Amino acid sequence: MEPTALQIIWFILITVLFIGFFFLEGFDYGVGMLQPFLGKKDNERRAILNAIGPFWDGNEVWLLTAGGASFAAFPHFYATLFSGFYVALVLMLLGLIFRAVVFEYRSKAETEKGRNTWDWGFAISSFIIALLWGVAVGNLMQGVPLTPDPNYNGAPYVYYHGGLLGLLSPFTILSGLVFVFLFLMHGANFLALKTTDPIMSRAKKAAWTFWIITLILTVIFVLWGLFGLKMWPAKAKILTYISALIAAVALILAGLYIKKDDFKKAFWSGALTIVFATVMVFAGLFPNLIPASNDPANSITIMNASSSAYTLKVMTIVAVILVPIVLFYQIWTYRTFRDRISPEGDLEY
Amino acid sequence: MNLDGVIALSRWQFAITTVYHFLFVPLTLGLSIFVAIIESRYVRTGDEKYKKMAKYWGTLFLINFALGVATGIVQEFQFGLNWAGYSRFMGDIFGAPLAIEALLAFYLESTLLGVWIFGWEKLSKKLHAAVMWLVAIGSNLSAIWILIANSFMQEPVGYKMAADNSRVLMENFGKLITNPNFLYQWPHVFFSALTTAGFFVLGISAYHLLRKKDSDIFRTSFRMSAIYGFIGIVFVIIIGHYQGQFLVKHQPMKMAAAEAAWETTSDFTLFAIPNTKDSTNSAEIKIPGMLGFLSYDKWGKPVKGIKELREEYLQKYGEKFKDLEAKYGKIDYVPPVGITYWSFRIMVYAGLIMLLVGFLALFKKFMEKKWFLKLAFWTLFLPFIATSFGWLMAEIGRQPFIVYGLFPVRAAVSPNLHTSDVWFSLITMGLLYAILIVVEVGLMIKYAKKTPEEENVQPNAELA
Repeated sequence: MEPTALQIIWFILITVLFIGFFFLEGFDYGVGMLQPFLGKKDNERRAILNAIGPFWDGNEVWLLTAGGASFAAFPHFYATLFSGFYVALVLMLLGLIFRAVVFEYRSKAETEKGRNTWDWGFAISSFIIALLWGVAVGNLMQGVPLTPDPNYNGAPYVYYHGGLLGLLSPFTILSGLVFVFLFLMHGANFLALKTTDPIMSRAKKAAWTFWIITLILTVIFVLWGLFGLKMWPAKAKILTYISALIAAVALILAGLYIKKDDFKKAFWSGALTIVFATVMVFAGLFPNLIPASNDPANSITIMNASSSAYTLKVMTIVAVILVPIVLFYQIWTYRTFRDRISPEGDLEY
Repeated sequence: MNLDGVIALSRWQFAITTVYHFLFVPLTLGLSIFVAIIESRYVRTGDEKYKKMAKYWGTLFLINFALGVATGIVQEFQFGLNWAGYSRFMGDIFGAPLAIEALLAFYLESTLLGVWIFGWEKLSKKLHAAVMWLVAIGSNLSAIWILIANSFMQEPVGYKMAADNSRVLMENFGKLITNPNFLYQWPHVFFSALTTAGFFVLGISAYHLLRKKDSDIFRTSFRMSAIYGFIGIVFVIIIGHYQGQFLVKHQPMKMAAAEAAWETTSDFTLFAIPNTKDSTNSAEIKIPGMLGFLSYDKWGKPVKGIKELREEYLQKYGEKFKDLEAKYGKIDYVPPVGITYWSFRIMVYAGLIMLLVGFLALFKKFMEKKWFLKLAFWTLFLPFIATSFGWLMAEIGRQPFIVYGLFPVRAAVSPNLHTSDVWFSLITMGLLYAILIVVEVGLMIKYAKKTPEEENVQPNAELA
């Protein structure tokens, strides 16, 4: 069964949405994890929060759109993934719920103890989300056992029954750590551009440390992925290899620029690493969405999981009109608030 | 797998998280517009009073908005988490409005709210006010799209069944977004949002007027919110009335349950205690004929009762759902009458009280009276009660269907879940929600008690 043009278009669009999500929330989660460490005093931690203050909520919508688009374009993918990875997603949700209120409530706490609690909660929830995204992606690459629902005729009416423990294996834990450290580096690069001393200098040092760790973990992860997995990469092998190569080059450049203290280029190199790592993951998945490790016939693919052609058409028109508009005003926001945040300045959050 | 257990827990979870989410949503929808109006006044008049008002009510808006966002994320995840059967059946139709909600509305409100919070000094007065208008439009657009989705669940339109009957397919997007159910439901929800914001501002203004603090700002807020809330409640009631008449025709069992009308009757009950086992009510206080008037504009015209409708539904759906019943268990076509009936009564009675209080609040002489200010303060809780019970009626009254006439709740749940999974999510999310609402209400009270003069919102270096 060959995928239709609309199914391929939506596979690409969802990849784009995940690229946006990982690029933008990547530094948000990184900043979150770094906040209690790079900020030693209350007003420093507050400044770090404010560095992503104007942006975090708009960034998070990329996650909601990726999820919503998955539901709209590939409902069986959405259903199998979310019901299957239930406990992991609930843990992620707890992190997301908590994070969403930290910005508004943290500095309204009147005691040092209160604010510390918020800050550590911010770091831990950011860490959990980053880790679990990595674990989820690792499982999509490795494949999970999918069992048909006895009330229906096989894929796409398949379900994962392995619980949270079934999602934790050496490769997927490694994948989780790659996400964590890549986001830590990305967040540190962001803070190096968006804060003043003393935070800025600490961020620059952290960026270097995390770059080293990320490089080591990522090399193992990519080599293991490209040559050690059964079901990934699937069909689009060449595109997968090229993306991996570009991501690797970008990551090495990131390190070079960090060393040279050119954090603008370091940030954008790190961004390119995330972009092309995401492309790599999805290219290797194509045309699967969730490979079934127990029986390929049970895999969720873009062919068996998609909505009707009519729905995909409607959504394509909507996306073509709205995505450029969204990009326009989100970029405007970043340009409007490009000044560095100082711990001594006026902090809204 | 314990299907009954998973269904029961999942329903509780959805009900709790959704009612909780909707505690914060109407205030966001209504207060965003109210703050935008105030800020536009500031731009027009240059009067600093309006800037202070915009910042003051804006602070409370932001405290509320945070939990609206936090709990909203859960909503989008939940359809896949607990209701995979539903997601597969409905995905072709339901996913699109959700995705559009994110693309069109969430981006707009979330991105621009960040600009509003941080842009007081950076942006011109005009642009800053425009940004708040865009936040208000974004939030209200999101209500539109989720209600389009919910309206399909109440009244399926613009669809066809897949050849093997396994799911619904979108056939006509235009019909989907002009669903007659939506054309009643959205304005009803929209005006309930204006009502919520109106009485919220009214109540807090009343609190300060009682203490004679900062009177100028709170007198203006009181007067503005009285008009705002009154317009809201008047239209909520009018639209709600016509929506009820629509539902008598299109979802007769829901309305019969909402009236606890076991027998075909034209009597309206002001009070009743439904007894599901006997299919009767005790302690009824009736107004003969009035139900006919409310439902059909014809005093005394009978409305079909639950018992008669049950027979009709068994005829209509028994054969159609035979296979589903074999797989997922017997379908009872009567929704829980007690909850549906009392949710409807509570919503309506709360609404009538708000109508009275809102009307009186328009007159200057009542603003001077202490007893009225106290009444206005306590009325601020009524919109939250009304909107919560209204949704309970709307959703529980539709049972056993999750998509009316097309798909029962029992077939909708994720079949791979164990009760332990759902206990885990219910307890952890329940605990987190409980902690957060205590924090939120605490902050709301603290900042509502401050006056704009007292308010120095977390000055920096407070705890250096």
